[in-house]
Amino acid sequence: MRDVWSMYSDKVMEHFRNPRNVGVIEDPDGVGHVGNPVCGDIMELYIKVRDGVIVDARFRTFGCGAAIATSSMVTEMVKGKTLEEALEISNRAVAEALDGLPPIKMHCSVLAEEALRSAIEDYMKRKGGQGASSGDGQITS
Amino acid sequence: MPERKIYMDYAATTPVRPEVVEAMLPYFTERYGNPSSIHSFGQDARVAVEEARAKVASLIGARPEEIVFTSGGTESDNFAIKGVAYALRGKGDHIVTSSVEHHAVLETCKSLENEGFKVTYLPVDRYGTVDPEDVRKAITERTILVSVMHANNEVGTVQPIEEISKIAHERGTYFHTDAVQTVGHIKVDVEELGVDLLSTSAHKLYGPKGVGALYIRKGTRIAPFVHGGEQERGRRAGTENVPGIVGFGRAAELARAEYEDEARRLSELRDKLIEGLRERIDYIHLNGHPTRRLPGNVHVTVEFVEGESMLLNLDIEGIAASTGSACSSGSLEPSHVLLAMGLSHELAHGSLRFTMGRWSTEEDVERVLEVLPEVVARLRAMSPLYNVRNAYP
Repeated sequence: MRDVWSMYSDKVMEHFRNPRNVGVIEDPDGVGHVGNPVCGDIMELYIKVRDGVIVDARFRTFGCGAAIATSSMVTEMVKGKTLEEALEISNRAVAEALDGLPPIKMHCSVLAEEALRSAIEDYMKRKGGQGASSGDGQITS
Repeated sequence: MPERKIYMDYAATTPVRPEVVEAMLPYFTERYGNPSSIHSFGQDARVAVEEARAKVASLIGARPEEIVFTSGGTESDNFAIKGVAYALRGKGDHIVTSSVEHHAVLETCKSLENEGFKVTYLPVDRYGTVDPEDVRKAITERTILVSVMHANNEVGTVQPIEEISKIAHERGTYFHTDAVQTVGHIKVDVEELGVDLLSTSAHKLYGPKGVGALYIRKGTRIAPFVHGGEQERGRRAGTENVPGIVGFGRAAELARAEYEDEARRLSELRDKLIEGLRERIDYIHLNGHPTRRLPGNVHVTVEFVEGESMLLNLDIEGIAASTGSACSSGSLEPSHVLLAMGLSHELAHGSLRFTMGRWSTEEDVERVLEVLPEVVARLRAMSPLYNVRNAYP
């Protein structure tokens, strides 16, 4: 039973206290669902895409402070980005945008990256592989 | 911003009482002698250590010569288990303990397993209680020690120590209990409990950190733990932590006079908090035994939310609590205690512990009852699990 949050940056705490883009998108263009309750983290990421650009992103997360903060940050980061640009967002970039995460919490940023990829993949699937703006869509899972 | 801070983590550690600090202070400055020295400075410190020993002994119904001062609960557990294992190595190689012990016991047992000892980790029921009959069945001719904690540090369940120690003795085996959570809080009498070894720690009963004791019943075979000088009858060498020991003695003296009233008061606060949480939050469950539990311990699982995120929110509101969620441990594994009690990983992640003590008040309980339901509602609103449950009841 250890206290950990002295390790969190102010930015993590700020996103944890005031998470951006919480909720679901009715009628989304893509949904990513990653993690499982056994591990203690579940992330659901919803995206709305217009002309190859992510115009809205929302999330629901069951997890620790870092999981909530990374969910909040990744939804902020993807808004206004093309799918290609969004796919280039790495877990490290999410962690850096939060002024870093404790080593033990880096898996939360991985989860955020996976949730984003999974949502874009879902979007591509829904569009039958032709929805991406440029169509190069190299998606790896 | 919180109006004032509320500490509900007394099981982790307690503040040192002002009376204890006052008793300790002279032993840092004017009365700094080494108790092993023959001159007056040394003898002054020696008297202080022996007076403290008598006070600690008196709190648990022991004789002063049966008390060995250590650096704390963890050392006492290590000392008891390794000390007996090494002393009785020729007689047997089997230890019986429970799956809900503190890591100080579990890791010590694991390290002995690496040295060739065999250890049985007994299961517990859903309240975290060890069945004495399981102890009876686990003991073999090779068993040299049974170690079962007096009360669990996480869920607060008090074990049937009298019954278990009786069984251990019937089978000719020593019995050790980790009483770190109980000494100074509920009645602990080494004769009534029937223990041969008992671990305790000062900082859990308003004494200083870095000092504890191991009770060793007269005649118990045990190997020395720290080698060096003749301190502590050659069992635990090293110049005594005189101020710490004096503080422990004073804390023990105060606890002896006050614990009964305090236990009654804390039990009322505890039950009020449990009731209040049940009224205000749905899908919440009490962990640990409903009645056989530590006076100040409230341990709950809140479904669909994760423990650390609850703790963070409580901390923002000035309330300090604790969790068994993996997310707040270094290991990413949730509490072994909760898993042993049969909780799923999912439920273990949503656990929250409030432990109250001397400075806890009814207002503190009311504040938690005001804040936690809001925190839970906010986190559930962003939890994908809550809606899943609502969609498929």
